[in-house]
Amino acid sequence: MLCFVKEDCPTCGLTMPLIEAAAEAFRGKVEVVAIGQDAAGNALLVERHRFTAPMLDDSDLKISYSYNVEIVPTIILADGRGAELRRFEGFDKSDWQRTLAEMAHLADGSEAQIDWSAFPESRPGCGSKSVEPGVAERLAAQASGSRLRARQIELGADEDPFEFMFERGLTDGLPVVPPTPERVMRMLSGTRRDPQEVIATVPPNLAPLTIEKVAANAVMAGCRPEYLPVVIAVLEGVCTDEFNIHGVMATTAGATPIVVVNGPIRHRLGMNMKVGALGSGNRANATIGRAVKLALRNVGGARPGEIERTALGGPGKYTACYAEWEERSPWEPLHVERGFRAEDSVVTAFGLEPGPRLIVDQLSRTAHALAGSLGMALESCWHPKLHGYGEVLLVISPEHADTIKRDGWSKAQVRSRIQEASARPIRELLPDADAGEGMALRNFGLSNPTPEQLEQRIPKFRKPENINIIVTGGEAGKFSSAFGGWFSGPMGSISVSRKIEEIP
Amino acid sequence: MTRIVDPTDERVPLSRTLASRPQRLSGVVALLDIVKPRGDVLLDRIEQRLAERVPGLALRRYRKPTFAKPAPDELRRRIAAESDFVIEALAD
Repeated sequence: MLCFVKEDCPTCGLTMPLIEAAAEAFRGKVEVVAIGQDAAGNALLVERHRFTAPMLDDSDLKISYSYNVEIVPTIILADGRGAELRRFEGFDKSDWQRTLAEMAHLADGSEAQIDWSAFPESRPGCGSKSVEPGVAERLAAQASGSRLRARQIELGADEDPFEFMFERGLTDGLPVVPPTPERVMRMLSGTRRDPQEVIATVPPNLAPLTIEKVAANAVMAGCRPEYLPVVIAVLEGVCTDEFNIHGVMATTAGATPIVVVNGPIRHRLGMNMKVGALGSGNRANATIGRAVKLALRNVGGARPGEIERTALGGPGKYTACYAEWEERSPWEPLHVERGFRAEDSVVTAFGLEPGPRLIVDQLSRTAHALAGSLGMALESCWHPKLHGYGEVLLVISPEHADTIKRDGWSKAQVRSRIQEASARPIRELLPDADAGEGMALRNFGLSNPTPEQLEQRIPKFRKPENINIIVTGGEAGKFSSAFGGWFSGPMGSISVSRKIEEIP
Repeated sequence: MTRIVDPTDERVPLSRTLASRPQRLSGVVALLDIVKPRGDVLLDRIEQRLAERVPGLALRRYRKPTFAKPAPDELRRRIAAESDFVIEALAD
């Protein structure tokens, strides 16, 4: 008979005399053992109840964990091979009477002498120490059947774990949460996927990325477990040939995955899509983007100064994850435009500049004038003379969206007006002594152009669809924002969308 | 005592010794253009100068499909199989 108890549980105190009586009555026939959950408390129980049966010390809670004990007292009657015959929790007079009768039968007629009038009919038990917050994850991580397989590093007693992470080059320059096995186990509770599933091969080192490694980096970034499926979806999306994370992280130009989250999960995670939508101040926005970057760094090996070669970098290299305020937009949200259902939760990643550029327009009162301003501002992306440009992300604030909505314009009309307002004649796009960057005549299939040919107007973007539009931000302020592109298309990076695992 | 789960790929890079440097230029020289602007200008000039200075040297031009992605495995294998030297123009 195994009796799990802890000292600060009154129902355990109530039970101790019964355990003692059973030990006394069946001595030599049925082995009765108390298993106490803290060393100092065990001694108190023994003393207080003049307990003579063996009291095992389970202060590391491994026995309680392996027997799945959730409530104390838990009484288990098992046969000689350990198979459970009977188990009950808390205190219940009839449970005890039935169990003692069964023991009497097993012990050839010995009987425990108990004055039942001294006991109540029933009392609820208390929570086992093995299921206290934080403890269950530690025990799961230490158990022989642990789902963790990654190497674990034991720090010296005097070593500061935060400093250790810095010294080993595991951070982005800001402190990280040390990924203890307990925290990683808790993070893994955010997904139903197998911790050992390899979700991607991460360039530049072409290293296999398991869910467990994603979880470790998500802990470091400061994520909550419910963010984990978003981080996983982004990493699956960017580690593809079409997104080309190798080029995005390695380029001297400086690009980074810019992540947009759509669908119901925005609300469930409490993502910010209002004041300050592009940062800072919200845990989900900040840490999901950071977890992606830490995984790319620590597993993929994209470390600044090594394979990450950006000349300048930017704040988006730390984190860049935003939510669209779909409910405030006059248009269908980004993920629906890209073929998902409105009720799907989806991430979209773009390989873009690591920071937004503000577009000010406080005076336009028509969709035509405002979209014209947006087009002029977008022409500066990369360089005003570089046209035939790839993807950008245009972030329209609610006030600007309202101005456009009043005229009933669609996204297609906005894109078309941007293309119109940003188009320039070829002669203005050629390099000259005043601005040496520009486009070569051969880009337009010309060698000895006529003056008329040089007047041909070239829009900024290769295709209107390259202008990705979302609505997000505070409701006051006639400002929009844009993330300029990198080298987009099949020879560079193509944006990707992935559905996020649904966790009910 | 703190334990942490290793967040890295846990692999230790192998160090490899460089191939020995030949004393003379001979055989086949691969000229690899990664297609950055003006890489071709540089390689044209190098090709011309090598042809003048080392008669009999075979010069073979290769191109990556895009500078924004690593060279495809097939291209790397082909250059390794067909050449004794490689000169890569990173340009800009």
